[in-house]
Amino acid sequence: MDLNELLKVADAERKKQKAVRVHCCTSTGCQAANSLSVKKNLTNSVIDSGLSDRVEVVGVGCMGFCGRGPLVQIDPEDTLYEEVTPEDAPSIIDALNGEVAKPMQGDSQHPFFTRQMRIVRQHTGKVDPERIEEYIAVGGYQSLYKAIYEMSPTEVVNEISKSGLRGRGGGGYPTGLKWATVAKMPGNQKYIICNGDEGDPGAFMDRSVLESDPHLVLEGIAIAGYALGANHGYIYVRAEYPLAIERLQKAIKQAKKYGILGSQIFESSFDFKIDIRIGAGAFVCGEETALMQSIEGKRGNPIPRPPYPAESGLWKCPTLINNVETLANIPTIIRRGADWYSSIGTDNSKGTKIFALTGKIRNNGLIEVPMGITLREIVEEMGGGVPDGEVKAVQTGGPSGGCIPASMLDIPVDYDSLSKIGSMMGSGGMVVMDRDTSMVEVAQFYMQFCREESCGKCVPCRTGTVQLYELLTKILRKQATPADLEKLEALCQMVKETSLCGLGMSAPNPILSTLRYFPEEYQELIKNNSLHPKVAL
Amino acid sequence: MSVKTLTIDNTPVAIAEGATILEAAQEAGVSIPTLCHLDGVSDVGACRLCLVEVENINKLLPACVTQVTEEMVVHTNSPKLQEYRRMAVELIFAEGNHVCAICVANGNCELQDAAIQVGMSHTRFPYRFPDRHVDVSHSQFGIDHNRCILCTRCVRVCDEIEGAHVWDVAQRGENCYIASGLSQPWGEVDACTSCGKCVDACPTGAIFRKGTTSAEKERDRGKLEFVVNAREKREWTR
Amino acid sequence: MNKIKLATVWLAGCSGCHMSFLDMDEWLIELAKYVEVVYSPVGCDLKEYPENVDVCLVEGGVANQDNLELIYEVRAKTKTLISFGDCAVTANVPAMRNMLGGSEPVLKRGYLELANETPQLPNEPGIVPELLDRVLPVHEVVTVDIFMPGCPPDAARIRATIEPLLKGEQPKMEGREMIKFG
Repeated sequence: MDLNELLKVADAERKKQKAVRVHCCTSTGCQAANSLSVKKNLTNSVIDSGLSDRVEVVGVGCMGFCGRGPLVQIDPEDTLYEEVTPEDAPSIIDALNGEVAKPMQGDSQHPFFTRQMRIVRQHTGKVDPERIEEYIAVGGYQSLYKAIYEMSPTEVVNEISKSGLRGRGGGGYPTGLKWATVAKMPGNQKYIICNGDEGDPGAFMDRSVLESDPHLVLEGIAIAGYALGANHGYIYVRAEYPLAIERLQKAIKQAKKYGILGSQIFESSFDFKIDIRIGAGAFVCGEETALMQSIEGKRGNPIPRPPYPAESGLWKCPTLINNVETLANIPTIIRRGADWYSSIGTDNSKGTKIFALTGKIRNNGLIEVPMGITLREIVEEMGGGVPDGEVKAVQTGGPSGGCIPASMLDIPVDYDSLSKIGSMMGSGGMVVMDRDTSMVEVAQFYMQFCREESCGKCVPCRTGTVQLYELLTKILRKQATPADLEKLEALCQMVKETSLCGLGMSAPNPILSTLRYFPEEYQELIKNNSLHPKVAL
Repeated sequence: MSVKTLTIDNTPVAIAEGATILEAAQEAGVSIPTLCHLDGVSDVGACRLCLVEVENINKLLPACVTQVTEEMVVHTNSPKLQEYRRMAVELIFAEGNHVCAICVANGNCELQDAAIQVGMSHTRFPYRFPDRHVDVSHSQFGIDHNRCILCTRCVRVCDEIEGAHVWDVAQRGENCYIASGLSQPWGEVDACTSCGKCVDACPTGAIFRKGTTSAEKERDRGKLEFVVNAREKREWTR
Repeated sequence: MNKIKLATVWLAGCSGCHMSFLDMDEWLIELAKYVEVVYSPVGCDLKEYPENVDVCLVEGGVANQDNLELIYEVRAKTKTLISFGDCAVTANVPAMRNMLGGSEPVLKRGYLELANETPQLPNEPGIVPELLDRVLPVHEVVTVDIFMPGCPPDAARIRATIEPLLKGEQPKMEGREMIKFG
């Protein structure tokens, strides 16, 4: 395939598409709410009402407003329907003929949608993730073509560096720097890994990207392969995401068929293949060294760094490992340029970030926002605030992150601001808590998670998390003394500083941040302890 | 081969490029506590006892896997490191069921020695008292999981020196245990050559020779060293 | 000269630490010059733990209701409490029953499953103290001032721990001679 053929496919697809497109979400969340039956009934209703010549029903990826699924959206009029049942289908189609709008109609002009800026999620909810032609019709794979034919590998790396993109998996390491390191490593065999082992409680950004726009991720991986001189990529997806796996498999097959993946891509000398590896349910396999061990077929245990994967990664070859969302940014950066991308966001955090907004909040779902937006805008305007209550804290960064008190809601969301206040960007989980939430219980919840997900290799994480959990339990049972609180803090520091990998190093963060911002909740439980009076020491 | 010079606890030391901080420390006569390190097999950096501070690096580094660099300045025994080491040893004691008085390795145990070295007179963490089992299905040896600290020396010695890979780690987190074969009774694992290297490698009394009782365990570490030297350096004598 | 009030207490242990105490032999006579033994299974016959004890050596873990009440009393009435031997410091052998998970399975195993004659569970409220679910080291119940591990700590270690206290100094609990377990 060459550029002309690619454009021809795009043209043909656009011509084939009908004037009115009824988009029905078929992602995991909406499927669980019966969206496949909704889609079936919508299709039948279109046929029944004789609108088949100008209306088509398309199964699309996630529209983001997951708390109100199943969602149906109609283009070009941009009508949104929420919590649609299969029985609602006829009336939605009737409305296309000028009938009265139905009560399940949502507000597509709600700040939840209008405050978003969609780069990674630009096509989700608009294209059918199971058809490569739809992706090509919106300009898909043209960035890969541009990279191969109009740019040298070094120019691609420089463009990514200039864009200011940073790792979206949590750490925020500059992506360009990582790419440049791998590119400069000697050796003929290099690998690209896309980390889709999303495991933070409350996070489902990567799942949605993989399910809704798998080709965008494939294109990002292939561009990385070209830029770094790698001919083989792996996507590591957790087994709990069967739909993402299925759609990726389909997408890879379709791309190969078009000559967009495989050997001599776009008839160039660039060969690149992508394989899927499925995780078996260990959170720690999201840690890059453990993930690579797992791909190699070994027990998914982290190994000490250095050497870093860029130097000695998969099968001891230089390896780039990037998160799904990071790689999904690449095609757009190549298409629109680093200058455009770096104009979005703050000084040190460029572009957008997807957050999974959950917890005690009116509007649950996925949002993609420019870096630098304040937490207050996200929680109060987009999220609609806490139903019948007040925000107490926002937890970001999952089990590695921290709780941000309501008093700090005006801080801008970017890597540096969040880490400065003891939390982190993390992969994008954002859990809103109301006044009734016990912060000590929150800390205990995350510690239970870390305790269960520790791989067990290093002592501080394997046994320290257990002791931390038990100390929190003791405090919650009102059986702890001030000495226990001191022990809790000391052990947090120890686990943080001595653990082998990021899981252990960040495991104490939920305790440390709640101790920092909500010390009175701990004090209260200790002051009112129910210990034997003779042990009052 | 070039040589790197560095300073460990104010003692200057010169050592071949590629050496670890732990090796350099031995050269300099500085003792760094270790539990998962074993001469002759690869290092995994799991016990975290050998963590050291290196000037201008803002995180603690495991001496067993960190290579020396020119003019590196290493501190091995700051108050913070002493405290963290002691906590790590306390955590290990609290995690398993380590009853020294009735253990085959009493008086000849690296965990016991580590406790003395870090000054642990007691553990501040509540004992967990996990329910673990003892496997004495092998005709010559036994493994008492109560005494296991999951250092994985047995795994590595069996895989890397004996080439049998009888041992590996099963489960995760606090539920981890050393599994023989496909988590079978040890005595039923065909791959086991009964060489006894795991007994010699085990730092505690977890893997032992049958028939030994309290404080009777002996190890032949020289054997491991001999096998490795014979293979790598072609030295055939002990 | 005011003598130091010394007590020794025997909780859940084998009394081996007390035997080891007696192993100090002739130094016991020296010790007697400095201390008044106010409560001890091997040193005097008083049944009530007195007030204002200066130093108390506690042997054994906390295994039953009786141990629990005594250790609370000891702590309240003692200036320097020493965990004396591995059972006090780690709960040691008596705590090996903890792996069975609670007092009930322990009693059933001991009094029913292993009984040859008249299997029955002991039940004399107020006379036979009830077992705690877990045997605990002393410091998990009350604050301990000095830890003297060892099973048993030998006479030299006991002496090296007590001798500085007679002069109002703190013993240095470090090194193989002082803190080796087992």
